[in-house]
Amino acid sequence: MLLFLEQLLNGLQFGVTLLLMASGLTLIFGIMNLINLAHGSLFMVGAYVGATAIAHGSGFFLGLLAGVAAAALTGMVMEFVIMRRLYRRDHLDQVLATFGLILFFNEMVSIIWGRQPIAMDPPAFLSGTVEIIPGAPYPAFRLAVIATGILVTGFLYFLVMKTRIGMWIRAGASNREMIGALGVNISLLYTLLFGFGAALAGLAGVMAAPFSAVQSGMGENILILTFVVIVIGGIGSIRGAVAGALLIGLTDTLGRVYIPDLMRLWLPPSVADGAGASLASMMIYILMAVALAFRPRGLFQTHG
Amino acid sequence: MAIFVLLALVPPVAHAFDNAFLITMFNRAVIYAVAAVGLDLIIGFGGMVSFGHAAFFGIGAYTAGILGTHAFDGSDFIFGWTGSNDAFVVWPLAMLVAAFFGLIIGLISLRTSGVYFIMITLAFAQLFYFFFVSLSQYGGADGLSLWDRNVIPGLDLYDRDTFYYLCFAILLAVWFLLSRLVGSRFGRVVIGCKQNERRMRALGYDPLLYKLTAFCISAAIGGLAGALIANHSEFVSPGLLHWSRSGELMVIVILGGLGTLVGPIYGALALFLMEESLVSFTEHWQVILGPVLILVVVFFRGGIVGFLSGAGKTTVKSGGDHG
Repeated sequence: MLLFLEQLLNGLQFGVTLLLMASGLTLIFGIMNLINLAHGSLFMVGAYVGATAIAHGSGFFLGLLAGVAAAALTGMVMEFVIMRRLYRRDHLDQVLATFGLILFFNEMVSIIWGRQPIAMDPPAFLSGTVEIIPGAPYPAFRLAVIATGILVTGFLYFLVMKTRIGMWIRAGASNREMIGALGVNISLLYTLLFGFGAALAGLAGVMAAPFSAVQSGMGENILILTFVVIVIGGIGSIRGAVAGALLIGLTDTLGRVYIPDLMRLWLPPSVADGAGASLASMMIYILMAVALAFRPRGLFQTHG
Repeated sequence: MAIFVLLALVPPVAHAFDNAFLITMFNRAVIYAVAAVGLDLIIGFGGMVSFGHAAFFGIGAYTAGILGTHAFDGSDFIFGWTGSNDAFVVWPLAMLVAAFFGLIIGLISLRTSGVYFIMITLAFAQLFYFFFVSLSQYGGADGLSLWDRNVIPGLDLYDRDTFYYLCFAILLAVWFLLSRLVGSRFGRVVIGCKQNERRMRALGYDPLLYKLTAFCISAAIGGLAGALIANHSEFVSPGLLHWSRSGELMVIVILGGLGTLVGPIYGALALFLMEESLVSFTEHWQVILGPVLILVVVFFRGGIVGFLSGAGKTTVKSGGDHG
């Protein structure tokens, strides 16, 4: 039972990372109708810059800020130079151009930082454990990640649903021409929104860095999972992103722990471990297939 | 059709320059072109942007790899069958298995369209990628060596020229059959579904049926190309199903010219030549390839074929070689 609660928290923490990625990606898709494969590259940029700054003694918060700022800046430059030429193109062109961006960023990163993965430690003041459930000490950093994710999502919800900028964003998502005609500077709004999505990806990158090796290509693994999240949730929907991210985070984490155990019940251990591990890594894709078989446009389908 | 003359001339030219590696390299491009021509059928004509085509490529390759392994050590594969090394058994089977999974993936994915379809096909390819990574019985992440190339009576597939011309003949056949297919009634319906699905339905066609059939044909061709690449490199690994491989196949199609069938052949050659020449220049060649791709997408719509036909039908560097 304690193990289960601990894994539940781990799943939640992974889900929160996915959520930060997914909310940026789904916003960008929802309002700009742009599919951005290079969103994972922004995650990677955040992780690299954050980890490097911290390794050079910037301290955790400055490092975090550096990672987020670097990702946001990269995102805005990307939007200004390339993306705005792609808004009116079809999705195929967007996929291809952003695929080119991935190649560029992955290679650029290995030119600057080398091919060896770099490691990042969680900050000292969060390196301990907290006993939120009696008898089960849980790493404080993971708790902080969960808390940050919830706070940021809350802020995002507030921003999109309660502020004037959020109103423009929602209006732009339903009718781009109309909001332009009403005198809103769309291209500026798009650049800022893109930068905001990039900042979220950078934040996710820095927060995920202590759990995984910071290396070239790290962005694509999470990008594909993010796709699964927003496909399940319904593209363009923040609520869908929340539901999808939690579902995928929990399924993936719990699946990896419990599926091999379950398989042992009726298979010899050697076979069960192999088959269980393989089933666990395929679990989220199976989940996606099942979800789509019933709801082809996601759980929370939006307009269009 | 200058491209076919060019491809036919590769072995003699390579021998003239005493550079047999050229044949190996062009052979790889020819095999990728087979898969890409098949992909063009669904992207270019059917409007189904599959970002998971490497799955079929890999499934075909693993079919050849797994059957070959059992044929080599005589162990039981399934129901007492010890695999096979016969190309006339293995290659059609690779196509059949790929088409079967194409049917399943297509049935689910084609319920959606647009960007959903792109992401779902990508996710399905990941599923198969992880399946083969954890398939420890057949090498898992390390991959599987093919002990013998497949056998065709009367042909020596280990001979560079023979294998090259065989792959070239298959490319010609695939290109020819698909060209006929898109001109046929079936092909017209598929194109019609891309343009206006509702109207096709009103005309009494079932769009899903036609799109699914096209998807399966494309998957089967991908499977065939996979079996060929397994023979070419005598090695099969999950890397063949990596998502970037799917991206590469799409790049080949777009680079060459979408919806032209001959374009992907140009695209495959262009990509591999670019790769080879950049690699000799820097190990970080992708840092150049990436921006080149972006420039192609932004400025050269229509790809190489569009560029060539737009430039007043100038003939392409005919008869020469680039190596």
